[in-house]
Parts: sequence; C-alpha cells; structure tokens
Amino acid sequence: MSTRAAPARPVGDRSPGGQGPARGGREPMSWRHRLHRFDMRYTPYILVAPFFILFIVFGLFPIGFNAVVALRTWRLDDPTANGWAGAENFTRLIEDDYFWNALYNTFGIFLLSSVPQLLLALIIANLLNRKLRAQVWWRVGILLPYITPITASTLVFSAFFSRDFGMANWALEVLGLGAEGDRIDWRASKPASWTAIATMVNWKWIGYNALLYLAAMQSIPRDIYEAAAIDGASPWKQLWRLTVPMIRPVVIFTVVLSTIGGLQLFTEPMLFDLNAQAATGGANREWQTIAQLIYKVGWRELNLGYAAAMSWALFLIIVIVAAMNALITNRLGGGHK
Amino acid sequence: MSVATPARPDAGRAAADKPSRRRLMGRAPAETRGTVWTYLFLTAVFAISAFPLYWMFVISTSTDAALAELPPAFVPSDQLMANLRDVFSRDDVYFATSVANSFIVSTVVTVSVLFFCSVAGFAFAKLRFRGRNALMVIVILTLTVPNQLGVVALYILMGYMPGREGGWNGHIIAVIVPSLVSAFGVFYMRQFILGTVPDELIESGRVDGASTMRIYWSIVVPALRPALAVLGLLTFVATWNDFQWPLITLGGTDMPTSMVALSDLASGNYVTYRRVLTGAVVATVPLIIMLIIGGRQIVRGIMEGAVKS
Repeated sequence: MSTRAAPARPVGDRSPGGQGPARGGREPMSWRHRLHRFDMRYTPYILVAPFFILFIVFGLFPIGFNAVVALRTWRLDDPTANGWAGAENFTRLIEDDYFWNALYNTFGIFLLSSVPQLLLALIIANLLNRKLRAQVWWRVGILLPYITPITASTLVFSAFFSRDFGMANWALEVLGLGAEGDRIDWRASKPASWTAIATMVNWKWIGYNALLYLAAMQSIPRDIYEAAAIDGASPWKQLWRLTVPMIRPVVIFTVVLSTIGGLQLFTEPMLFDLNAQAATGGANREWQTIAQLIYKVGWRELNLGYAAAMSWALFLIIVIVAAMNALITNRLGGGHK
Repeated sequence: MSVATPARPDAGRAAADKPSRRRLMGRAPAETRGTVWTYLFLTAVFAISAFPLYWMFVISTSTDAALAELPPAFVPSDQLMANLRDVFSRDDVYFATSVANSFIVSTVVTVSVLFFCSVAGFAFAKLRFRGRNALMVIVILTLTVPNQLGVVALYILMGYMPGREGGWNGHIIAVIVPSLVSAFGVFYMRQFILGTVPDELIESGRVDGASTMRIYWSIVVPALRPALAVLGLLTFVATWNDFQWPLITLGGTDMPTSMVALSDLASGNYVTYRRVLTGAVVATVPLIIMLIIGGRQIVRGIMEGAVKS
C-alpha cells in the first residue's frame, strides 16, 4: 500500500512540506511544477474519460432511453404519430401470440443448444487437458468455428439442411436413419428447424467453451487426483465427481454466458430462412426468436415503440433466467464441495 | 496461463511408481498421456469443426450443379474465379465496398479499443485518483449488460447525430462509434498491467521527471505488447463478425459491411448457394489467416479471460 501511495505525491516537489520552493522559484520552474501538479491530479481522469463518455452516450443512455421509447408511440413511417402510449405497448405484448410463439421458440432452441454444448465442451476440455502432442494446435483447431463469421457458417448449414440435396438428409440416409422418399423438411416444423439451428449454435460455441473449461482445469491442484485413487475412480467418474465440481465457478460463468447469448439468438434464425430479411423465421414462424421478432417489429413493421417494449421484456427474461440457471448450476455442483 | 504448468516433481514420480492399474486412476488428467482414442476423438472434433469451412470452399469453386448432386460434392472444382467475378460484379449488393468497409470498421475499432482501453486500464491499475474504485466497479458492472437491449434507442439516437442528413444511420460511422471502447478491454488491460508492470518501474519514471503519458508510452506500452496482441485479435474478430447492429443501421443501403452484404446475397426469391458461399469464403478468409498467424494469442486471450473473470 505504501508503495502505491508514493506516486500520488508530486515527486518533483522537493520539500515534503509543500509548495514553498516552487512558489519562490524562478518562472520556468513554477510553470513546470504547475504542469506536473496538473498531470498528477487530472491526467488519470483524462485517461478514463473517453471510455466513460463513449459508454454513457452509446451504451448506457440508449438503455435508459429505450424505457422512454417503450412508453411512447414511436413509428418510423409516421413521425407525427408520437405521444405517450402509457402501458399500451406492454399490454399489447401480453396479448401478442407472435411474442409468445417467439418466446417458446427461443427457449426451445436455447435448451437444444446450451445443454449439449456445455456437456460436449466439458468432455473435449478433459481430453485437451491430457498430455498431447502438438498441444497448441489442437486448441487452435477447435477455435475454427469461433472465428468463423456466424453469417458464413449459418449459410453453409443452411445448405446442409435443405430438404432435397442437403448434406444432413444425405448423411441420415447413409447411416440408415432416413429413407429417400421420406426426407426431413428442416424448415417445415418446429422440432426439425430447432434442431438445425441448435446444431449451428453448438458447432460455433463448443470449442470456445472447451477452452474456458480447459483453462479452469489447469488450475486444479494435481494432488487431488491422487487422493481419488483411493476411491478407485475411473477417468469418467474422475471428470464428473472431481474435475467438474472443482471448476464450478467457470461452469456457472459459461451457463450465464450461454443464457445471455442463447436468449438473444439472432443471426442463425435470420439466415436459416430462405428469405432472410423478411425476419419471419419460417413460413409459419416455426423458428422466429424474440431478437428476430424485435427486428421485424422495429424495422419491417417500423413500430419502434413496440420493439422497445419487447427489448425490455427480453432483458427481464434474460436476467431472470440467467440468475435461475446460475443458482441451479450452483446447487447441482453443491454436493461435492 | 502458461501452456503447461510445471508439475510437482514428486507427484509425477510417485504416480509412476504405482502398479499399472492404479497408475491410470490416481493421476491428474494433465499427467495422463493421450491414448489413441483421445487422438481419434479430437481428430473427429477437429474434422467436424473444419468441415463446414472446407465445404464452403468446395462450393465456391463449383457450378450450381454441384449443389444438386447426391452424394454431395466433396472435392473442389475450377470455378472459383468465375464465382468471385459473379459475387463482386453484382450491382445490387455492393460486395467489394462491403469488404473494404469491414476492413475499415474493424481496423479503426481495433486501434481505438487498444488505445482507449490501455490508457484507461493503466489509470485504473497504476494511478491514484479519487473515485477510482467506484469507477472500476462500474466498468465491471457494464460487462454484464446485454447491448442488444439498447438497439432500438441506439437507432433513434443515431438518427439525431449531426453532420449528415438523417443522422448517422446508413453510414459505417454508426457501426464504428459505439464500439470504440469496450469494458472487457479496460478490465483485461488493467489486470494485465497489475500483473506485469511493477510499481517501482512507474516510480523510477516519476523520479526521472517523466509525465504520465511519457510513462505510458515508454514503460507501460512495451510491457503490454502481448496483451495488446490478444485484445487486438479478439476485437478485430468480434467486430468483423458483428451482424445485428450493422444490419439494423446499414441494411438496405449502399454502404454495408461484409456481413450485411452476405445477408443481402442470401435474400430474395431465389438463393444461389454457390454465389452466397463464395461471398462467405471471401468474408471468412481474412479471419482464418488471422487464426493461423495469431492462433496462439487468441487461445491465450480466451483462456486468460476465463481464469481472471
């Protein structure tokens, strides 16, 4: 602490008592002294100011302003139709079947993507944690999906999941799981389209999560595993009984992260649609997510007030679900503390 | 986070002395050699990770017929140049402009994030000023705010921005400005500086009469280089790949980013996957090059972020 305190006092100050010599000194000395004092006192604020100014204007303010917009009639096509709408946008939301449908879709896709994603990531991380040849390159390799633009990968998967000549149906047929006359139309039903989209999400994020788990696994003290030999724990049991409880904080972190990301899912459902920019998520909104519905309401139907209300609803849902998931994950791992 | 934490020497030896059946069981995974199965499994994981990218490339070199074949096309053909010409010559999609825009946006954002986040991180780590701790708490809290919450209001706000008729919407400046700083960047820089730049070094700079900025340039920045590389790569990738906000503010204009242009290619009554995936290849190649060059740094950045947060 004492070393930390040192730079706070102007070092150029010759006497610890204060400004005596500087005040009586020659003109350039005093100027430099003042400059130095200014530097010590205000430069820190100048250094952090850009972050806070930009963040307040373009990060914080829009969130607050969003609440105002949600309470108003705000249409892009008709600027004159503005005024307080009270809770109108919110009551409309509760009665909006499209909203509930989108919420249902969002949760369905979220479950299908987050659970396998995190489980597979754990298994892969556990393998990456072994002594391996070309260790770094395995890690870089599993990051390929992470750096691939979601737009690009979604378009590839979009082709994989086409009904007649798609790779997915072909692979199912080769494996004997589907018949030629009975191909799955991946865009025709909720379960099929959710599976297709969840596959894209899983592909994208498994490697990234595996690296997060791997980082945590490497900080586990190794002698803990020696103690486990007494129980005769198999590697599989070792993973679930020892490793996973030890990295619980990171598991909770990834659960929260994938909740926040999963409930805001936008790019995949948008570009899975053959007519992407219509933002309907299928002919009968089979896979329209909330983020997609917000885009459609705001920029296709030009009703920004209602879109803002939906954003708030989504935000609340995210906060509640993320907190719940964190709690549940914490509870699940709690027995092995 | 070094790649391999040195094992306690005695632990490894003790395990090796045990009978073979127990050797497997009582050993930390990090001291267990990967078996054939480990390599097979990881190879499968890698193949699944890489296959969509490979296939995207295959289609970008093929004719439309390749997409109507069963079994599907697995080897590249010779139509790449024709397909590239097809993508870049479409006058309703502005693909060439979009790639240039993506480079401009990602570069400006990366440089700006590196500068503003490193000076702020430096101030939070090594300078004393009133309100420092409270402000740092605010930075950490802002890490958790989902930015999607604000897009509607952000769009309205951009409409009021000066200098351009109709505000900034429709211009890449609307994509650049909100990304110029990042809370994660400030946090990451602060952690790195706390861990690598000793206070004594800063003090000795003070004694030599160096100003705060002088200390930043000649003491902090040199020590910060590895962290700057990591943050720079992560920021560039994230900015390049950003889709939702660019689509909202740039969609339907003649000034898209490459992600928005891709979605333009994929819209309409009839989607030609050959053309779309050729565009996707163009938009992906810069990032694959970055992964090959900076893969180690990206891996390190992600893993360090996990341990510290």
